[in-house]
Amino acid sequence: MTTETQIKITPEMIASHGITEAEYQKIVKILGRDPNFTELGIFSVMWSEHCSYKNSRPVLKTFPTDGPNLLVRAGEENAGIVDIGDGLAICFKIESHNHPSAIEPFQGAATGVGGILRDIFTMGSRPILLMNSLRFGSLEQSSTKRLFRGVVSGIAHYGNCIGVPTIGGEVYFDDCYEGNPLVNAMALGLMKTDEIVKGKASGVGNPVYYVGASTGRDGLGGAAFASKELTEESHEDRPAVQVGDPFMEKLLMEACLELIKTDALVGMQDMGAAGLTCSTCETAARGSTGIEIDLKKVPLRESGMIPYEIMLSESQERMLIIAHKGKERKVEEIFEKWDLHAVKIGEVKEGSLMTVKSGGEIVAEIPAKALADDGPLYIREEKRPVYLEEAQKLDLAAVKIPSDFNTVLKKMLDHPSLASKAWVWKQYDHMVRTDTVFYPGHDAALIRIKGTKKGIAVSTDCNSLYCYLDPFEGGKIAVAESARNVVCSGARPLAITNCLNFGNPMKPEIFWQFHQAVNGMIASCKALGTPVTGGNVSLYNESPAAAIYPTPTVGMVGLLEDIEKRVPSFFQNEGDLVFLAGDTFEEIGGSHYLMIEHGLKKGLPPRLDLAKETQLHKFILDMAATGHLASCHDLSEGGLALALTEACFDPCGPKGVVVDQLDLAVRGSVREDALYFGESQSRAVLSVKPEHKEEVLKVASECGVPLYQIGCVTGNEIIIGDRIKLPVADAIAVYQSAIPKRMAR
Amino acid sequence: MGSMKAAVIVFPGSNCDTDCFNVLKDVMRMDVSFVWHKERALPKVDLVILPGGFSYGDYLRTGAVARFSPAMESVIKHAGEGRLVLGICNGFQILLESGLLPGAMLRNESLSFVCEHVWLRVEETASVFTRNLKKGETICVPIAHGEGNYFCDDDTLKRLKDESRIAFRYASKSGQVTRDFNPNGSRENIAGIFNEKRNILGMMPHPERASEPVLGLDHGRKIFESLIGA
Repeated sequence: MTTETQIKITPEMIASHGITEAEYQKIVKILGRDPNFTELGIFSVMWSEHCSYKNSRPVLKTFPTDGPNLLVRAGEENAGIVDIGDGLAICFKIESHNHPSAIEPFQGAATGVGGILRDIFTMGSRPILLMNSLRFGSLEQSSTKRLFRGVVSGIAHYGNCIGVPTIGGEVYFDDCYEGNPLVNAMALGLMKTDEIVKGKASGVGNPVYYVGASTGRDGLGGAAFASKELTEESHEDRPAVQVGDPFMEKLLMEACLELIKTDALVGMQDMGAAGLTCSTCETAARGSTGIEIDLKKVPLRESGMIPYEIMLSESQERMLIIAHKGKERKVEEIFEKWDLHAVKIGEVKEGSLMTVKSGGEIVAEIPAKALADDGPLYIREEKRPVYLEEAQKLDLAAVKIPSDFNTVLKKMLDHPSLASKAWVWKQYDHMVRTDTVFYPGHDAALIRIKGTKKGIAVSTDCNSLYCYLDPFEGGKIAVAESARNVVCSGARPLAITNCLNFGNPMKPEIFWQFHQAVNGMIASCKALGTPVTGGNVSLYNESPAAAIYPTPTVGMVGLLEDIEKRVPSFFQNEGDLVFLAGDTFEEIGGSHYLMIEHGLKKGLPPRLDLAKETQLHKFILDMAATGHLASCHDLSEGGLALALTEACFDPCGPKGVVVDQLDLAVRGSVREDALYFGESQSRAVLSVKPEHKEEVLKVASECGVPLYQIGCVTGNEIIIGDRIKLPVADAIAVYQSAIPKRMAR
Repeated sequence: MGSMKAAVIVFPGSNCDTDCFNVLKDVMRMDVSFVWHKERALPKVDLVILPGGFSYGDYLRTGAVARFSPAMESVIKHAGEGRLVLGICNGFQILLESGLLPGAMLRNESLSFVCEHVWLRVEETASVFTRNLKKGETICVPIAHGEGNYFCDDDTLKRLKDESRIAFRYASKSGQVTRDFNPNGSRENIAGIFNEKRNILGMMPHPERASEPVLGLDHGRKIFESLIGA
């Protein structure tokens, strides 16, 4: 019988592992010999883009990662940690599960949620919020309906069972995601600042435990799978999609959170992408130590598994734990209580080697740091794509102003990207844990922190059409708009996590998009004082047709010092005055209006002036602090008309609005369609009681923000200027039925 | 009377256990403790809560495995002594599976999990759970379940009606009980029922999620106020 150590490595074998000739030579140099089959597998997953960020790291390094409240910075651990006062901290991260979801939507999305939750509780924090950012092809396609339904129920299945509220997020539909949907899941956890757990191994002789579910062949090579383009044959990769068990994860989470309260824990690391391989070498690398494990001790759920398979398996709901020597019983007792495996599979060693044994035989021996940190790094070629020339051109004179704006508005309310997402979030338990203050549908999700006056606001955002037409401006706007959403709820933006979804980085045009978008995000992050705490890169998002639009999804987190000062997105009281903050320009390029009404995905997206954006934020936050801001809603897709309409849709009781001073809201002349539906940045619609009129004008002028009184909250119609007049009930009916009616047929 | 003593049973997979605990302790000022499902001995308490969640992963049928846990033996004994049991959501399902309440839970008619606020019409106020409510009054409380479609046979339904053991029905805000306001297909819009002695209440809606103004609505609080006799 040939054992794996005797299998001869052939050039074909190297190529099929996605390892280049140069990378192979690097491996030989690190080892001082040829790798065996198991080692080749280990290198292939650790040096895949998914784990090593070999193509993106030089660009990612330029993100600002420092801030006054950061306890753990991006890249140091699984997720960054932000101090929120009162001895508490939060950690959060967004991650993609795009490729698995394209192949098997239910399990792909479910395990995406499971994976991001483990990233959060492995740091010692209890997950208290989930959100997700989803992108699909056109909802008129039956293939999209299948993916959409599967992804939503997969997310619901996992989040509902584990008992972490999924408080919305965003869903967009566009042809560019046909065959390559995006499923980005975000989680946020709460911890005491003195209970931060590091993912590192230290203390020679300390035991290494394997806890949680047993290991099977599922997800074999998933990290490598996520690092290549989807092709027609990808469906044959089905074994690379993992299967999730939220009940197992719930037990694992409770056991791990119980363990961190003891003095038995040294370090903890989840087994996510690249499973046992990644967790073993990363904990050793972080601790600058050696580690030895014995695969014969790993609980297996399938027979005949070889070391290669055990090391590369991506079976879900597993963790690696390093405990203090002598405290073994404490660890074992906790996992026994939760009826989970806790098996000592090895220990921390002197030196720097990751040694993998199978019984007495050494099956892999690799310097841990070289594997985890010294992967290849590529500066990819960049080239401005030629499509931009044509795409950015927009002849405004050829864009006819529609005769009936009511119809335009209804068309927009009926577009699945802009319509109510209640069909989605009603399937998510968004209230469990009894902390949810703002439900999905608000600009930002808002949760309270029990035992304090504080609240945490979270928004995910990215307008990928902007990013397609101008990646730099699009990246800037993704950050600014998510911050604006958080600000509109009354919370101060703290930091962001991001999920950078792009096409194949080997194509210079794609890499240019990537670099430009990151530069745009950096500009906003710096101006708004919101560092990046971590995130994830998902490249190779291409279906047979083409690459997706660049989609750098931002998860923005803000702090509300006093939950009683929260500001809803919806009009609250009959008779309140309605204001528009910010200036409107003749900007319809890249707008949803242009796409939906005129079928054009063209033009330059709106320009974002970061100084104006910052002023707007200060104005809204100062006004929110007075407690006199009845409502505040940001302007985005669909512009002023859609923002005013949405503000009427309070689930507790819809309101009407009459905007009769629209002409006063613009300086100079602006096309009528740009005024109603244009997407000029740094704007918000707000309402206050009439007695607070002087105050709001004063605060706006102090902050240098143009503020226009345009109407008032009244009646049961949406009346905007002389072009829109629609009963609120009719608008709601269109808005609410858009997705259900498409999913029913 | 001193403050009411309560226990929240924690099954593996319970996920509304801390929500119930917090409401009882921090909002209602009760003396509350958690009881792990493997514990056979139940502390002497006035009220036991079987919380929502996915006990044992709900892999067989919702609530089907939980009924065999050591703690449930004590809960059955506790109930037999006439003391109070409130089963919410998965807790209601466990009460059905263990035979403490009649009927069964089917999958929602829509076949989807549904989480939303619904209106409930109060059908019976002669109980410790509902004594602070008015008959026919409506309250708004959230639901969050995939299997909340209450079913029972005709005889059972007749008994429930004859003995006034239907606690709540899904209704409109103004109290109309019709199919339009039935979120899951439950027979006759039933949202909660009592046992014969009315010391056990099972309900699918989550009153613990609607007991503080900051969470939007606090109509659920009236059930807890009834319990402590406030």
